[in-house]
Amino acid sequence: MEKNSKKISPNKTPIPEQEPAKRRSNFLEVALGYAPELAMKEASRCLQCKQPLCVKGCPVSVPIPQFIRAIKEGDFKKAIDLIKTASFLPAVCGRVCPQEDQCEKYCTLGKKCEPVAIGRLERFAADHAMQTSENGRPEMVGHTGKKVAIVGSGPSGLACAFDLARLGHSVTIFEALHEAGGVLMYGIPEFRLPKEIVAREIELLKDMGVEIITNAVIGKLITIDEIMEQFDACFIGTGAGLPKFMNIEGENLNGVYSANEFLTRVNLMRAYEFPEYDTPIKKGQRVAVIGGGNVAMDSVRTALRLGAKEATIIYRRSENEMPARKEEIHHAKEEGICFELLTNPVRIIGENGWVKAIECVRMDLCEPDESGRSRPVCKAGSEFQIPVDVVIVAIGTGPNPLVPRSTLELALNACGYIVADEGTGRTSREGVFAGGDIVTGAATVILAMGAGRKAAKAINEYLMCE
Amino acid sequence: MPKILEKRLIRHPDVYYYKVEAPLISKKAKPGQFVIIRLNEKGERIPLSLADINPDEGTISLIVMSVGKTTTEMSTLNAGDEIRDFCGPLGQPTHIEKYGRVILVGGGFGAAPLYPIARELKAAGNEVTVIMGARSKDLLIYENEMRSLSDKVLITTDDGSKGIKGVVTAALRQELEQSGADMVMAVGPAIMMKFVCGTTVPFGVKTFVSLNSIMIDGTGMCGGCRVSIGGKTRFACIDGPEFNGQEVDWDILINRQKTYLSEEKESFETWKKRHAFAVCE
Repeated sequence: MEKNSKKISPNKTPIPEQEPAKRRSNFLEVALGYAPELAMKEASRCLQCKQPLCVKGCPVSVPIPQFIRAIKEGDFKKAIDLIKTASFLPAVCGRVCPQEDQCEKYCTLGKKCEPVAIGRLERFAADHAMQTSENGRPEMVGHTGKKVAIVGSGPSGLACAFDLARLGHSVTIFEALHEAGGVLMYGIPEFRLPKEIVAREIELLKDMGVEIITNAVIGKLITIDEIMEQFDACFIGTGAGLPKFMNIEGENLNGVYSANEFLTRVNLMRAYEFPEYDTPIKKGQRVAVIGGGNVAMDSVRTALRLGAKEATIIYRRSENEMPARKEEIHHAKEEGICFELLTNPVRIIGENGWVKAIECVRMDLCEPDESGRSRPVCKAGSEFQIPVDVVIVAIGTGPNPLVPRSTLELALNACGYIVADEGTGRTSREGVFAGGDIVTGAATVILAMGAGRKAAKAINEYLMCE
Repeated sequence: MPKILEKRLIRHPDVYYYKVEAPLISKKAKPGQFVIIRLNEKGERIPLSLADINPDEGTISLIVMSVGKTTTEMSTLNAGDEIRDFCGPLGQPTHIEKYGRVILVGGGFGAAPLYPIARELKAAGNEVTVIMGARSKDLLIYENEMRSLSDKVLITTDDGSKGIKGVVTAALRQELEQSGADMVMAVGPAIMMKFVCGTTVPFGVKTFVSLNSIMIDGTGMCGGCRVSIGGKTRFACIDGPEFNGQEVDWDILINRQKTYLSEEKESFETWKKRHAFAVCE
């Protein structure tokens, strides 16, 4: 093999996956991950650029060529150690990062053929470390005696906690739900991100001495002002948890869910195992999901796994404009998801209080709007109906108001998001930092993690020069 | 995990009073708010109104009627047992001010959350009249408690076994005709609250209701509790649970409350079977 290895394969080493026909009826993970040989094979595709552009595309600057070289050389321990200098959640990010818009987009190899499968390699290194029970507990410095509170245990809060704990600060995370993990637990489905992986990362934090207090709704049980009386600094990472609706007729019929509710029932509350688990969900036979992002893909593929005969994405622009990861769209198609593109719902039709159909209109794309994406306009007279019994609205979220409403002198922008410095997460309140979706609006796990890490650095500087 | 300090049967056979150790929540909680509980790892999250708050003792009281799986399972817990997840206080508190003369209408079980509200309204200098209704006298709860702090208590029963024979709205109309009111608040089944709001319209009196929609997280994240208020979608968990009753779209609320009737039944039956099995063994 080595003899012929000078010629680089133009394509990524395929990752073993569950067959579409099989996986569409189970919640097990779709991509099964590389075995060591496959990972080493893929790692050997990396050109080891002197000026690695891939790192510039990574929001947390993972030392990509270095960890890939370590994999190529079979030193998997070194690979994970290198990744962990930059990323606290590699098993998560390797699975859910939009690599095609980040590291892999800038891969030099990608100019002529498929880029190196950086995400798959990151996942491999993380999974391998977990399997060999190297939990990756980092070196920690002695206690500083400083106390930091973190509000929310999603990606930004976890990443912030990890860095601060490593620097010797005493960290307490407050989580509103009964389980830590935020969107990683309630939002992203098991078939894309097994909850076991999230749980292990959280165990690692606890192992590092981070205290996690669940069932603690900040803004209700304790305010930020009260936190600041007891802690030296605070990081707010509460996420963008307030689902948007379309405000169209029929949206309050039974059988209409926000994606947040649908996914929370299934992921956090395990409604797919009802009645073994208490929380129920309506398992539609014909399900329509409105939206074109990752949350929409997660919802539609979840509906399929719950037993839908037909599960359809309704999106007002074309596939090119879809914000979802390419891989998710690809997987959804493989599984038989229908796509009604350039289509917009105008009303939901009910019968006896239950959803019966959704009326849509076809759209044309015109010149780009302020988001840079082509602006969809209705085609007059193109109305048509799709018979459905469940509708899931996945058109985005707004800022959760519980913390902003209850915190004095915390500057918000016109949409209600917390105003925070991009580089440091500093807010208008001294000692209070913020990051993730509550600052930027709904974005990605990795961006939230990046914000958490930047804030951790700034919090450390703030605490140490106090 | 919060511990149950006291449990007693307050209405045979299925309504229990629980006093729960929750020091932090008791210091923050206000009448009109609620908690969300979960009993075990496979359990659902259910909202429960606060029946009393005692910050000095560090306790919260709940009154729970066994109507389904989780509430019945809860009735198997005793003093000394712990509640796995206990989250609160959630929702907006009742707006307490001096209105003047207020009428509080409690349908059956709704008397429990009205109790701390009545106490606060009384303390704020209001003249408090309470109308408590139930199908029959055995179904009334909290009568003595309400009498101890209200200026006037009227009882109505559908079967005439106690107080005025009939429904609460008849007594309410009579009160409004005779003495008027500056504020009416109703807590109870949605259908009762709907009719209370219908009754107060001609009198032009401000009417508040506490909406009991289906919830999961209770923090605004899922939108499952959404209600239509004055034509706008609002979330009962963070914007409510109290709203101006005249603006509520009752048909939507009542319809949405029925979403999981068959699943709730299935879950309860499964549990009962398993529970009976365990007892037999």
